[in-house]
Amino acid sequence: MTVMTYIEAVTLAMKEEMERDESVFVLGEDVGKRGGVFRATQGLYDQFGEGRVIDTPLAESAIAGVGIGAAMGGMRPVAEMQFADFIMPAVNQIISEAAKIRYRSNNDWHCPITIRAPYGGGVHGALYHSQSVEAVFAGTPGLKIVMPSSPADAKGLLKSAIRSNDPVLFFEHKRAYRLLKEEVPEGEHLVPIGEAAVVREGADVTIITYGLCVHQSKQAADELEKEGVSTEILDLRTVYPMDKEAIIRAASKTGKVLLVTEDNKEGSVIGEAAAIIAENCLFDLDAPIQRLAGPDCPSMPYSPPLEKAFMVTAEDIEAALRELAQF
Amino acid sequence: MAVNDRELMQTYDTLQVLSPEGKVLAEEASQLTAEMKRTLFEKMLSCREFDEKAMKLQRQGRIGTYASYKGQEASQVGSAMALEPMDWLFPTYRDHGAGWTHGQDWSRILLYWMGHPDGSITPDGLRIMPQAVPIATQLLHAVGTGWADKLDGKRHASIAYFGDGATSEGDFHEALNFAGVFQTPTVFFCQNNGYAISVPFSKQSASETIAQRAQAYDIKGVRIDGNDIFAVYLTVKEAVERARNGGGPTLIEAVTTRYGSHTTADDAKKYRDQEAVQASWAEKADPVERLRRHLLQEGLLTEEAEADMTEAVRKKVDEALETAESYPKPTRESMFEHVYESASWMAEEQREQRGSTR
Repeated sequence: MTVMTYIEAVTLAMKEEMERDESVFVLGEDVGKRGGVFRATQGLYDQFGEGRVIDTPLAESAIAGVGIGAAMGGMRPVAEMQFADFIMPAVNQIISEAAKIRYRSNNDWHCPITIRAPYGGGVHGALYHSQSVEAVFAGTPGLKIVMPSSPADAKGLLKSAIRSNDPVLFFEHKRAYRLLKEEVPEGEHLVPIGEAAVVREGADVTIITYGLCVHQSKQAADELEKEGVSTEILDLRTVYPMDKEAIIRAASKTGKVLLVTEDNKEGSVIGEAAAIIAENCLFDLDAPIQRLAGPDCPSMPYSPPLEKAFMVTAEDIEAALRELAQF
Repeated sequence: MAVNDRELMQTYDTLQVLSPEGKVLAEEASQLTAEMKRTLFEKMLSCREFDEKAMKLQRQGRIGTYASYKGQEASQVGSAMALEPMDWLFPTYRDHGAGWTHGQDWSRILLYWMGHPDGSITPDGLRIMPQAVPIATQLLHAVGTGWADKLDGKRHASIAYFGDGATSEGDFHEALNFAGVFQTPTVFFCQNNGYAISVPFSKQSASETIAQRAQAYDIKGVRIDGNDIFAVYLTVKEAVERARNGGGPTLIEAVTTRYGSHTTADDAKKYRDQEAVQASWAEKADPVERLRRHLLQEGLLTEEAEADMTEAVRKKVDEALETAESYPKPTRESMFEHVYESASWMAEEQREQRGSTR
């Protein structure tokens, strides 16, 4: 085990998979010599050459579309969208093509592509380098959406995504890249897609969240612990399709549920978790399901005080937890 | 303009090898044996027969909304005949003539238009992709399969079919640009039939031709008479061979005519003089008639032989219809299959719910 950052874990996953399987290749903007604008593909160009680490023209639909074609042709492309905000030109390729090729060919063809993209705010990225876009794609059968919260999960889930025979969207919180460090297992460390994880056991209130919000939720839970409130935290890890059983278990355990996301509140993926709880846990609930989310504004502002106001902080979570505990 | 002048010319004149009267205009035609010419004719006859039958089946409610390719048989048969079995073929919803020529069964194509999930299954060993319905998305896929083959060291070509309307899409530009930069073995085969549903090409683009766009990406661009099956076959053959040999991509604009409406849900009379289009087409542009004239003049076909051919072709289409109509209907449960490699809990749960409530 080596201590590494989130982004180092992402790089390591790609490196190991490329060493293991010649059909794995990387494509995207600036992923070659530059090693990616965040350095996620650092060292891959030198190790694997320009045939397997491809600097593409600046065209997101092409990055997705060419990747989809190569995937149908027997390769396992890992396509990088430089920022999740810039995935929009590729939405047609991802939703109309990648997600549907297995279904519309009745299993004759499939599309084992992984599309990675850094998402999220709090890094002074302004409107177009801060967005959470998972809700655009959630609800598209045929896709899987993975959003790891820790370095070890990032490695294990990315390796699973690359080996998956279905298309996977893999969103990495850009603030997590260098903020989070932990021991990451070397070699064959695979985390299954579709399974949530209880990252903190508790008895009084339950947080269900994903991505960087897991980190803030842990901080909030530590504070509440001092007041004698014990918090269970469920990390969804895969936000589509969601781990229904784990959500029901976590909600039923405490009967008080706080759902947390950095995305805009209305239409965010946590609404789906709320629906699963509402359908299945009515008699186990001791309080109304609560959602804590980003405001329903178009995007994260550049102004520092406004950006701070947009982000879901540990303090926000703490306050919401306290209120819920007292209900 | 003769075919062998094409390298010298920077204009995009329309290449013809066979005149509408059936006369050979270029010596390249000598590459085509009598046997090959008869095969091309038989395949076009078969495509015409299928298409006319499919239109009737739609009117009778035996298949769903149907997109006719009548008028485009030379483009579709000629291009698909130029492929090797392992080349990738990316058709649109109007290119089942090309798909059939490359090896897809008529019965599967009918199943597709009946909405059967098995209608898009490719025969074993071939790489005919399901028909693309979103416009121009498949062009990028054809670049991707080309890249996969290149990485794998395999020498295959990928051909993407699309119409004139698709050339306005961003994916068209992105695909040609990408293919140019990476010199992928891709043939972009555009059937310019003059209309994107109701919008004529003059309103689709200010450029006079589609082929000239190739210049901007520094790839080969050729404009051919898409109703001239010799020009289509010879041009596509040259392009796929160049692709296989590392010579990079080609954009081919095959100028043709959509004889009918966009689909059976459209009525061309609303936006063009359909009677005039069809009259002038029958006179000058019908690709089947053009090759027929040539074969009769050359003594390669007799009316008797043609009648036999027509009867045989009709029989095959009828047999395909019988196969498709007696094919087991999809079950309600099958709706939930093949969303993912293994079924999600949502699919399992909903399959159960549907079963119990309906």
